[in-house]
Amino acid sequence: MSASLPSVLVVDENAVRAAIIEAGLREAGHENVTIVGDVKGIAAKIAALEPDVVVIGLENPNRDMLENLFQMSRAVKRPIAMFVDRSDRDSMEAAINAGVSAYVVDGLKRERVKPILDLAISRFNAYSRLERELEDARSALQARKIVDRAKGLLMRTRGLSEDAAYQLLRKAAMDQNRKIAEVAESLILAADLLGEKGTDGGND
Amino acid sequence: MAATTDILAGIIPLTDSALLVVARECGFAEEEGIGLTLIRETSWANIRDRIAIGHFQAAHMLGPMPIAATLGLTPLRQAVIAPMALGLGGNAVTVSASLFEQMRAMGPIDVLAPATGGAALRAVVEKRRSEGMPPLQFGVVHPHSGHNFELRYWLASSSIRPDQDVDIVITPPPFMPDALASGQVVGFCVGEPWNSVAVASGAGRIAIVKSAIWRSGPEKVLGVHAGWAERNGDALARLIRALYRAAEWCGNPKNHAALAHILARPDYLGVPASLIVKAIDGSILEPFAPRSGIVFFAPFAGAATFPWQSHALWFYSQMVRWGQVAHTAAHAEAARHSYRPDLYRAALKPLAASLPGASAKVEGALKAPSPVGATSGTLVLGPDGFFDDAIFDPDKLDEYIAAQRAEAD
Repeated sequence: MSASLPSVLVVDENAVRAAIIEAGLREAGHENVTIVGDVKGIAAKIAALEPDVVVIGLENPNRDMLENLFQMSRAVKRPIAMFVDRSDRDSMEAAINAGVSAYVVDGLKRERVKPILDLAISRFNAYSRLERELEDARSALQARKIVDRAKGLLMRTRGLSEDAAYQLLRKAAMDQNRKIAEVAESLILAADLLGEKGTDGGND
Repeated sequence: MAATTDILAGIIPLTDSALLVVARECGFAEEEGIGLTLIRETSWANIRDRIAIGHFQAAHMLGPMPIAATLGLTPLRQAVIAPMALGLGGNAVTVSASLFEQMRAMGPIDVLAPATGGAALRAVVEKRRSEGMPPLQFGVVHPHSGHNFELRYWLASSSIRPDQDVDIVITPPPFMPDALASGQVVGFCVGEPWNSVAVASGAGRIAIVKSAIWRSGPEKVLGVHAGWAERNGDALARLIRALYRAAEWCGNPKNHAALAHILARPDYLGVPASLIVKAIDGSILEPFAPRSGIVFFAPFAGAATFPWQSHALWFYSQMVRWGQVAHTAAHAEAARHSYRPDLYRAALKPLAASLPGASAKVEGALKAPSPVGATSGTLVLGPDGFFDDAIFDPDKLDEYIAAQRAEAD
């Protein structure tokens, strides 16, 4: 029954990632999930919500503040400890590698927490993968723009066709064992330094 | 020369990460066959976790952190040792412009005489209480930090009870200036450059410097996992030598401008070099104290990188004082041995450096720079007094703890 599942508080300034985790928890039947982006006034929120599990990203600079809150604050009625299962070093390492940590109220059984941590780990990893893919796509786009500019430069200065300009870049890249975008970048830089006209035609 | 050893070390964006940064950037690590990579972290908790699982072999740590980790006061109980200190001093207490004015209305404030600011703050606190206003809130970076303990020491010696007369909350160092500007806290104790950043923005005024609360007082240490240190004794010794040479470089006034530029880089502090240099060369004190012999931040001179066991025991005494741990002989011994002057001496032996002969000293005994017993040559230690003239004798730890407890009752 979902009503018996632990309540979860996700502290994440990254709204997209928080939504991804929330969706995952809800799919797994967790109805009592709260997302907090801004940590201002979090002591009062924790006191009101009394979460069983608190999930927070490692890149959040407020971890020290939260840990202190869990240990010392009068507002937090139930002691909360970091989820560390000494016998399960792998899951701790997986969590740290994924960039997430979880804090659990005292006395909650590990079988009830482990699935939440595992889910947070997989969603954090999925989000990082997405972010990497997005970054790759951005740099691929950037590389194509640079190659286009270099082609334009060769076409204008050497009177080449687009295809011939590309073949020239490709050959230079192969000869020098470099990427085409790198050769294109050096070409644009060299042309800039030599005061070659028309190199600024590729404003992004 | 042995093969290169790769060491991954965590740092927090603070001026006293300088030794690690310089060891990497100026080639001192490389000369010792260490491939040193630095990772800027966002919290001390991350540093602790990554040391625990072995991501990091070494880290920039708050002086009390190895003690807290060894005593199991934070999650992931683990034996962490400090085989070297990363400098002395370097912190300040900054208050909001408005609180500073209120304090000054109560009496003159001399940032180098903490008793003056303490008396002024007490008067403000008493006035607020008589008017039924809530306690003022101060920020520190971590419960197990020199900042927390020196702020509390200053308050308590000024007859202001922490947690009763004023509240103390935890705020990450880079957030301190914003927390002050937005009124979340009215003051904080933090390392540089974050006091200077708050002052430059107009939000804060430096009220007290740490090096006046406790002259030649300890701050950050090199933290390593005890197990790693045992298995990698040679690599650790090489790292200590690299950091020692980096400290010597940092301590040379000729290098201060270059150091500030390196630290200013976006991958380190990301703060203008003009702000950082003042904390390094001590000119941060100039507006207040042209006369003073107080050193703001000491990276090298005065055995600034020696891991004094008396420093560890003082931090421990304050953990007891503020209810973080119960005092037992076993706890005190664990705290003492989390600082490892033996490893420091052994590592530096090939350099024939002038190192302290003792592993602990009576804190507050030296009123002026004094020559002390050293392994070779002469070694001069700076004055090490507390501002209230109290003496901490590590051999009389029980009495010190008892006296502080009696004061609180």
